[in-house]
Amino acid sequence: MALLWLRFALACYFIGLIYAFFALSRTSDLFSRIALHAASLGMVFHFVSLVELFLSGHMVWASVHNGESLLAFFSMTFFMIIYSIYQTTSPGVVVFPIVFFLTFVAAVDEQPVLLTSFVQHKGWLVAHIILIFTGYAALVLSFGASLLYLLQERRLKAKKPSSLISFLPALEVIDQIGYRSLLLGFPFMTLGLITGSIVAMSTYGHIDFADPKILLSILMWAVYMVMVFTRWNSGWRGRRAAVLATFAFVAAIVAWAANYFSTIHRFAAS
Amino acid sequence: MRYQLIGVNHKSCSLEVRERLAIPESKLPDCCRDLTAHPGIEEGMIISTCNRVEVVTHTSNGSADLRGFLHDHFHLTAAELDSHLYEFREKEAVRHVFRLASSLDSMVVGEAQILGQVKEAYATARAVGSVHGQLDQLFTRAFAVAKRVRSETAVGSSSVSIASVAVELAKKIFGTLQGKNVFIVGAGKMSELAARHLMAHGCASIFVANRTYERAIGLAQRFNGQAIKFEDLYNSCDKADIVITSTGSPHAIFRREHGEQFLSRRKNKPMFFIDIAVPRDVSPEMAKLDGIFAYDIDDLQQAVSSHVADRRKEAELAEAIISAEVEKFDARLHTLDVVPTIVSLQDHLETIRQAEIDRVRGRMGPLTPEQEMAVEALTRGIINKVMHTPITTLKTAAREAEATTVIDVVRRLFNLHDKEKDPASNRDASDKEVGTRH
Repeated sequence: MALLWLRFALACYFIGLIYAFFALSRTSDLFSRIALHAASLGMVFHFVSLVELFLSGHMVWASVHNGESLLAFFSMTFFMIIYSIYQTTSPGVVVFPIVFFLTFVAAVDEQPVLLTSFVQHKGWLVAHIILIFTGYAALVLSFGASLLYLLQERRLKAKKPSSLISFLPALEVIDQIGYRSLLLGFPFMTLGLITGSIVAMSTYGHIDFADPKILLSILMWAVYMVMVFTRWNSGWRGRRAAVLATFAFVAAIVAWAANYFSTIHRFAAS
Repeated sequence: MRYQLIGVNHKSCSLEVRERLAIPESKLPDCCRDLTAHPGIEEGMIISTCNRVEVVTHTSNGSADLRGFLHDHFHLTAAELDSHLYEFREKEAVRHVFRLASSLDSMVVGEAQILGQVKEAYATARAVGSVHGQLDQLFTRAFAVAKRVRSETAVGSSSVSIASVAVELAKKIFGTLQGKNVFIVGAGKMSELAARHLMAHGCASIFVANRTYERAIGLAQRFNGQAIKFEDLYNSCDKADIVITSTGSPHAIFRREHGEQFLSRRKNKPMFFIDIAVPRDVSPEMAKLDGIFAYDIDDLQQAVSSHVADRRKEAELAEAIISAEVEKFDARLHTLDVVPTIVSLQDHLETIRQAEIDRVRGRMGPLTPEQEMAVEALTRGIINKVMHTPITTLKTAAREAEATTVIDVVRRLFNLHDKEKDPASNRDASDKEVGTRH
């Protein structure tokens, strides 16, 4: 049943995906309203799916599919928070495709892939997953905002009259969205890594820094910290910030992919 | 209404033709006199600008040979001229004059110069006496209409448009303008206008720097702002989010190194430069910096002209105003036609009434005040009742084409004499409250 709800959610997110493709070329208030309603409905289905999974006792925290579903849900939550503050759906241009992709992968297959590692402290593991995913979701938003910033900056620099009627919100608004997501995500990411280390310590007794998962996670966190620092210290925006955000985002994806070849943090077929 | 208008403009003919028709200012009075000397023309006026030559007349029969006048005056043959001419009569002539004065017929719609040119032509024609009654009314109304169009639509606001585009751009960069600071470099009309717009949209404070410090102080005071010495420009400019610059400097005063300084002091927070100086005050090198958004006068102008939809909307609005005004003018003129008849009718019946009362008094001797009042009320009541239908009919007819026939009929029926043909007295009469007397 949970999977069915998730598929309903996927159908709604699909409308958001179409919006994302169209919004770049034209502005339509009606379409953005439709996309927003579809996304909200999708979130309701998504929420029902997660709750049902949790109540049925089938919630396997450390499974890839549930993880993806959770990350997609968190990203949408962030998107909605931003919408409620700034009344703009434009971050959806980046967020909707990512959410759609994550939900799609989570909804195709009923067989969750499980962590093979034996974990002793389940509470820490749950905390680790929720914290890290919130951090990821914030990173997704921040990455999206930095791309939009770049786009808007280009438009304004190109001095095309169309820059006045572009669908994008004001440059400073995009900037705030990115910066706030970044600031919000950073403590979650940090705490997520700390709880992860605690889980690893309690499970293995030590942390293997040579493991690709650990290495990439630290790299991602380092880039994240550089981003926060450069922004706070010298107000890096635009191109430089976008490069860093892209780098952090790629690092996050690679760190996620590392689950497939890490020895201590890996998934395998059940 | 017997208005007739003939002319050429930038749309109907090439510059070569207009050049041959153009009348130098010094010859305009003579030309106006020639015009009124032409058969059938009662009043006449000529508007000659680089984009048009128009002959506006009021004629005795509504079909004077204006083409003939042009042929004679400019020594041109019909073949050379006629294909370029446009001609309007009656209401359409009124509409054209209204559109002309409101700058809707101009090459650059909304430009303000044309109204001044029309006013000059009017003054010249008035001075030589070729414009009095009818044309006088037409042009007085046209100037009022132009004023109305200007104040009620944004058609004529090209400089305001630049300012409003600047505001829009600022909003695209900063979102809200609340709390943003504006720096004016070089006090000028345009920058003041732009600053006024920005302040109206919530900008917090204003700084003014000018080579003449006193002028900076003057402008700053008007905005409750702060005057900055020109030498301190580079040290304080980074305080501003929006810089409006319009100095007469032959070189760019904001160069790349300045931009870098500002950005580093502002922690890379974006700055918006509105550069309305020619030559430009912001160097293109500086404009390339990330975080610096510099729009020069051409960029702004381009953005303005791209507001086609807005413009079209404004022009439509202006056309609607003009149509309404043409109708009003037309109705007023027709009412003017019937006013003398109504006045004569009222006078005629009043005379009869007075005469009858006097006759009765003579026969019956002095009346008591009560009786006087009763007789007065009775006779007035009868007169009003009798007059009601003819006056209503006249007023209704005034709005239609049959006015002259109805006027004739009423005059004949009541044997009214044609004593009020003078247009000046027409106007006096129209200013009075015309209606049934009580």
